[in-house]
Amino acid sequence: MATVDLIDVRKRFGATEVIKGVNLTVADGEFIVIVGPSGCGKSTLLRMVAGLETVSDGEVRIGDRRVNDLEPMDRDISMVFQNYALYPHMSVRQNIGYGLKIAKMPKDQIAAKVAEAAALLQLTDYLDRRPRDLSGGQRQRVAMGRAIVREPSVFLFDEPLSNLDAKLRVQMRLEIKELQAKLGITALYVTHDQVEAMTMADRMVVMHAGVAEQIGTPLEVYESPATVFVAQFIGSPSMNILEATRTAGGAQLGDMMLPGPGGSGSVQLGIRPEHLSRDEAGPLQMHVNLAEPLGANTLLHGWLAGTQLPFTASVPGVWRMTGGTEELQLSVDPEHLHFFDKTTGRRL
Amino acid sequence: MAERTGMVEKRGWGLWATHAMMILGVLVVFFPIWLAFVASTVTQSEITQPPMPLMPGDQFLNNYREALFEGVNVPVLTMLVNSTITALGIAIGKIAISLLSAFAFVYFRFPGRGMFFWLIFLTLMLPVEVRIVPTYEVVAGFGMLNSYSGLIFPLIASATATFLFRQFFLTIPDELAEAARVDGASPMRFFWDIVLPMSRTNIAALFVILFIYGWNQYLWPLLVTTDPEMNTIVMGIRQMFPSGDDLADWPVIMAASILAMVPPIVVVLSMQRLFIRGLVDSEK
Repeated sequence: MATVDLIDVRKRFGATEVIKGVNLTVADGEFIVIVGPSGCGKSTLLRMVAGLETVSDGEVRIGDRRVNDLEPMDRDISMVFQNYALYPHMSVRQNIGYGLKIAKMPKDQIAAKVAEAAALLQLTDYLDRRPRDLSGGQRQRVAMGRAIVREPSVFLFDEPLSNLDAKLRVQMRLEIKELQAKLGITALYVTHDQVEAMTMADRMVVMHAGVAEQIGTPLEVYESPATVFVAQFIGSPSMNILEATRTAGGAQLGDMMLPGPGGSGSVQLGIRPEHLSRDEAGPLQMHVNLAEPLGANTLLHGWLAGTQLPFTASVPGVWRMTGGTEELQLSVDPEHLHFFDKTTGRRL
Repeated sequence: MAERTGMVEKRGWGLWATHAMMILGVLVVFFPIWLAFVASTVTQSEITQPPMPLMPGDQFLNNYREALFEGVNVPVLTMLVNSTITALGIAIGKIAISLLSAFAFVYFRFPGRGMFFWLIFLTLMLPVEVRIVPTYEVVAGFGMLNSYSGLIFPLIASATATFLFRQFFLTIPDELAEAARVDGASPMRFFWDIVLPMSRTNIAALFVILFIYGWNQYLWPLLVTTDPEMNTIVMGIRQMFPSGDDLADWPVIMAASILAMVPPIVVVLSMQRLFIRGLVDSEK
């Protein structure tokens, strides 16, 4: 159990800087999800905390120790890998107990700890099997078992669920979250899946091109995204971003006037598809050329009158397209308008 | 229905034909060995008198006893022991050295890594025969003539095995090494606990090949052993041939030849079980 502090952490591979100064303070027992698209540096960041990558600049602290120069085993962490990284020639029991065996723990204590971890993860019946005889979910649990049996201060997860099918992923997501809460161990969890990030995180870090664009609770990030990138990355379908001019009474979008908080200048306006509602008197006119019925709601794709930019709306219920293009009037609650700076992309 | 009869007919006929061909092939290949076996069970005079017998005689025990414990220059048993030690030394030594060097090449970054790898690879292009004179000079200088070290050490480095193990290690996922690091395993611990057990099928296959390679060495043992007590079986058989007008003791020579085949066959058969099992429960 420990805090984790990243202080202006940087990583360079040759001349390329892939992590451009990340600051993060993780409280004891907190579940932090690092989310971002591929290549944003999220795995590199995690591996630097693990000690599998060297830190080019800055400081990584676990508890009150600076761990930059410590081997992974001395950092009091354990890690769950994307492909589980189970030792194929060892039984589940040996896999889970391997770290303890290396630490020269007496055999009877190892057996007791392995049994305890196995019971917690419902692996007791599988202890003598080899990893290849297990299903994906069970392998994932073995990897978890290997992580918890060492009673680390920090758990590190590197996209642990991405090799599982959708249903199992939902189940394991809950199990990991519950387990972490029960053990009260600080966790850093890397994923590219925003649903995992939203559901599991106490706080999430949205990474983009080596920079932590926003750090906050899932709802904070959803409700007031700090940048255009975060706004589009979190939320599905992603937020519509449009060029607009702010006026005293709201925003001018082509020849449409959207009522909202006043301001001035050219901005990027963000509207989430799910915040649009059908309204005969609504200010927005949308041309719909494709409808994707999802059952509970329908995604409408098309563009806004007067603009050529793609636009998506999510409306409740089923919508059936009758012709090639249809027109629709929409309105949006002023508090759901997001304004971003036109050049920096930062929230205004 | 007609189609089905056709298929059965074709299959039945094809099955018989292919088996007949295979049996014929086996007979052709096996015939000289059978002759050698027959020759090792009859008396000297029966061999020299045409026609040569095709069925085993009654001298099996006598000839084999004579070969094993008396031989021509030196008892065959001594040569078998020499060959076994040499072949085991070469196979085990080659595997140990190549495993370690492949491990170094794959998991460590050190200056000159690429150059060293290609230097080793380069030696593949130099067969033993090309460097045999300088090698002899070195071995003689170390006083290793007529010794097991002289028989084993010059043949112990293997570029092929290093290359094979390197390729295999490259297929082991990096995460496994990282997981071991997080678990606290030192590099050599990782080698012993993870890499070695995972390579055991490759090791078994290579052991078979290298044992036979060591067993069949002819030129090198011929050069470095002048003392008959240090002869290996493969070169020893040739030494049993008389020079000049002496009479060759064919039954004993043939018994020695048959005996020379036994250890490699035992190794192949016993290891075959191991690597087939390895293939059946394939890893990963």
